[in-house]
Amino acid sequence: MPADRSLDALWVYLATRPLLHLTLTLVVYLLADALFQRSGRRALLNPVLVSMLVLIGVLLITDTDYQTYFDGAQFIHFLLGPATVALAVPLYRQLDRIRRLWLPILIAMVIGALVSATSALVIAASLGATRETLMSLAPKSVTTPVAMGIAEQLGGLPSLTAALVVLTGVLGAVIGPALLTAVGVRDDRARGLALGVSAHGIGTARALQTSALAGAFAALAMGLMALISSVLLPAVVRWLFPV
Amino acid sequence: MALRFLALLLICQLIGETLVLWIGLPVPGPVVGMLLLFIGLVLRGAVPEGLGTTTDTLLAHLSLLFVPAGVGVMLHLAMLGDHWLAIALALVLSTLLTLAITGWVMTALIRWQDRRHHPED
Repeated sequence: MPADRSLDALWVYLATRPLLHLTLTLVVYLLADALFQRSGRRALLNPVLVSMLVLIGVLLITDTDYQTYFDGAQFIHFLLGPATVALAVPLYRQLDRIRRLWLPILIAMVIGALVSATSALVIAASLGATRETLMSLAPKSVTTPVAMGIAEQLGGLPSLTAALVVLTGVLGAVIGPALLTAVGVRDDRARGLALGVSAHGIGTARALQTSALAGAFAALAMGLMALISSVLLPAVVRWLFPV
Repeated sequence: MALRFLALLLICQLIGETLVLWIGLPVPGPVVGMLLLFIGLVLRGAVPEGLGTTTDTLLAHLSLLFVPAGVGVMLHLAMLGDHWLAIALALVLSTLLTLAITGWVMTALIRWQDRRHHPED
């Protein structure tokens, strides 16, 4: 403990230790999740979105930089790796249903990957975005590490891509289920696949909350999307924007 | 959650990350790790009970794990700059289109396959 026992010194001490921001992330998420459940799972009160907004607000108000925050929050972030590996279990549990539908899955995946990249590129280009922004935007529906690699290869900014990927995931998780119901997509296999294709891991997390079947199809879609996009996106970009 | 199953997940991830670095695969290490565990489960023919409990616990809070990266958006808000409107519209419209079209195509293909296998229906 610091020798100076004033509140200010205590704050300085805690703010530089991982414990504070680790605990803060966990508590804010638990409160956001409680709010989400209490509200009858209102889409706009998505716990990831609410937690992000609250934590960004707290960091801005307390003038804390992201690196200091991440020194604590990295212990949560780290679990993304083993959690991704863990998706093999829901996948395996639905193996029969997936195997029966391998051709529909493959066709829907390729179409979804093409629609995601092409529509984002065409819309942003027609609104005057620069080439660098476009190349950062193209892999927005792909899981973060792969998306950053694709953006770099295309000549985009990987760190901008990382932010766009998160925003896309939150967007898909917030509007996805209601939109799919509105356009008449009721089958959990199709709903899960659509969430995984458009909103990667955050969409998969949302799909898992709906049903194990939707979660398995979303996990499969997230993995395949990384593979398909790495192969297809460079070709799509060459076709839309020949240099 | 049993410690040895947590170790199993980490070992799969570690092998995955190593393979990605060596062979230069275009997917992240954890996704390769997922594939390895999946192959292991297929070969074994069942999910060990403790493994199921461990993965269910971890995946029940999958959303939480995206929060630290999500907060990182604060670093890049300025980078959106003059093009924020173009980017925002592209993200929203493209996400709506991707969701709807993928959902429709998959629903139609599931029906098509069901008809092919049960033509009498």
